[in-house]
Amino acid sequence: MEITTTHYLVLSFLLFSIGLIGILTRRNMITVLMSIELVLNSVNLNLIAFSYQFSELTGQVFAVFTIAVAAGEAAVGLGILLGLFRLRGTTNLDSAMELQG
Amino acid sequence: MDFLTANGPALLFYVFAAMALISALFVVTLRNPMYGAIALLACFLSIAVLFLLRHAEFLAVVQLFVYGGGIMVLFLFVIMLVNLHQLRESKRFTPTAPVALMVALALAVLFVSLFLVVSVSPVTADTSALVMVDGEIVGNSEAVAWSLFREYLLPFEIVSLFLLVAMVGAVVLGRRT
Repeated sequence: MEITTTHYLVLSFLLFSIGLIGILTRRNMITVLMSIELVLNSVNLNLIAFSYQFSELTGQVFAVFTIAVAAGEAAVGLGILLGLFRLRGTTNLDSAMELQG
Repeated sequence: MDFLTANGPALLFYVFAAMALISALFVVTLRNPMYGAIALLACFLSIAVLFLLRHAEFLAVVQLFVYGGGIMVLFLFVIMLVNLHQLRESKRFTPTAPVALMVALALAVLFVSLFLVVSVSPVTADTSALVMVDGEIVGNSEAVAWSLFREYLLPFEIVSLFLLVAMVGAVVLGRRT
């Protein structure tokens, strides 16, 4: 049995879809942020699979950058979450309706 | 035993891929975000093993430190800061959830069938470029470091600036007004 890049592509897209479902359907902002982390992780999986496929380090370096961006996104996202909680007393996303969204 | 040595990497891939998918499903379906965070941790650890199987040892350890350590602790602190009691009786999903679910499933079926139809050329037999610097075998961490500090020095500095901006932003957002 040989694990090919296709295996990794399928796994990473399934993870991406699960994360997308979480982002689109959950009401709790904490879970939405965790789903965003899932999506970013699936992108990393893709980058590393192709880095191995072509024996090229650039994919791994890009994955380092993705991880840094994910860390910044988590910090700012959780800051916004705390602001929302202070303002509304809840972490449900549909409590933020000022823009009539 | 012969079967295990011949198919070890493939077995590891299937076991940890299944673990990653199942724990990801738990993340998006469990009602309590605390349990979701633990499932997310399991997902991160499985993905770190999958990195190891693709010769990305440095990134596997970074995944453990940054995700398993840093981001996880951030999530757990925030979950403990906000009040979980009102989450219990509220509904989990948005009213438009069925539509979103169908769109995501259609996308998944489309792309997975696309990946299975389009044949990716077989993996290059020689993956030594992942552990080499200037024709000398040194290991993955050192190879990534050389690439990061030589070819990608400017993006690296920009990322450090980005992290500073994110830190200032988080402090401003989290401040009591």
